[in-house]
Amino acid sequence: MPAYQVFNRTTGDSFTCNGDQSVLKAMELVGKKCVPVGCRGGGCGFCKIRVVEGDFECGKMSKAHVPPEALAQGEVLACRIYPQADLTIECVPQPVDAIVEQATRAKQTTTRPMR
Amino acid sequence: MKKGVMRPGHVQIRVLDMKEAVEHYTDLVGLIETDRDDQGRVYLKAWTEVDKFSVVLRETDQPGCDFMGFKVLDEDTLVSLTQGLKDFGLEVEEIPAEELKGCGRRVRFTVASGHAFELYADKEYTGKWGVTEVNPEAWPRGLSGMKATRFDHALFYGPNLPEVLDVFTNVLGFHLAEQVMDPDGNRIAQFLTASMKEHDIAFIHSDEPGQLHHTSYYLETWDDVLRAADLISMTDTSIDIGPTRHGLTHGKTIYFFDPSGNRCEVFCGGDYTYPDHKPVTWTADELGKAIFYHDRVLNERFLTVLT
Ligand code: FES
Ligand SMILES: [Fe+2]
Repeated sequence: MPAYQVFNRTTGDSFTCNGDQSVLKAMELVGKKCVPVGCRGGGCGFCKIRVVEGDFECGKMSKAHVPPEALAQGEVLACRIYPQADLTIECVPQPVDAIVEQATRAKQTTTRPMR
Repeated sequence: MKKGVMRPGHVQIRVLDMKEAVEHYTDLVGLIETDRDDQGRVYLKAWTEVDKFSVVLRETDQPGCDFMGFKVLDEDTLVSLTQGLKDFGLEVEEIPAEELKGCGRRVRFTVASGHAFELYADKEYTGKWGVTEVNPEAWPRGLSGMKATRFDHALFYGPNLPEVLDVFTNVLGFHLAEQVMDPDGNRIAQFLTASMKEHDIAFIHSDEPGQLHHTSYYLETWDDVLRAADLISMTDTSIDIGPTRHGLTHGKTIYFFDPSGNRCEVFCGGDYTYPDHKPVTWTADELGKAIFYHDRVLNERFLTVLT
């Protein structure tokens, strides 16, 4: 299986990915964290990236996270793409979730006396 | 059971690829395929369940949950609960018998969190799988994978939790078993039950409506949970977290994903509740511990990865 280089131009990370491996899996295997890891099944949209350069094959992805307009802009789910050439990717900003915010805020504002 | 809702009866899960999904829920989780229909849906059940199916898979291009159904005592109960839903101001949709094969008529409604639920009174009684009704053996041979014993509950994310609580408690007769409160007194999580189980259904607040966090399947022992973890590794299945213990409900658990990214849980144990029990309360500043009792830190993936 040919191996390709994936370069994340947002974070500067690069790693090797085989043609039969998803970009997300290859990243996880070398211990990098430059793309958020969610379900690894094309369902949650957590690992969304933009491919700026390079060919790839694409598995099934949730239309909720990659509607046709987004796909046309090169937006894909890293857990569902398999490189066919060296790839340059970039991060897509993630929406901040309310509950994480809420809980983090709770943690900050509830102070307990130290003993 | 106060108003005649007995138990979670079924859930319809959307998957991207039917073949992969069936393999996941049968070979790995251990459910049993019981039927298919002309829409291409696949019907599954766990071995201790007496009715024909509890999990229905539907292939489409957007994973998630179509609806969850509760079985009620009888037709009279169905009629009175339907009236209750209407009086509450909810629109109800009548789904004819046999739209799901082997299931009687269903009454579907969507609550303010954006999730669709159904009530029904009849489903084909096929009995526990692989054991006889009279003098049954302890368990059947020939089960696969994790050998899940039943579809137990689901957790949903969405807005308007107070209104959802109102429907489930006042119209459907559930009671609030556990809750998470933020410093301003908002309930950001609610675990509801129609039984003695600590939850038959749970909701966590999020602004985005209609999201599925997980469907959950019951195992007998902690050893079974560990064995489930082994199977997740053996099959290179996407793992979320575990084996560990929850603070909420104190269940012993492991989370993983189906091939379309829908989160699944298998768990054992957990507290019990009666309608006279006060809700167990966790505070938002201890949310990390409430969710994963050993880690005690907020796990962003667990809180935000949804379908
Ligand atoms: S990790 Fe969920 S879509 Fe890729
Ligand atoms: Fe659960």
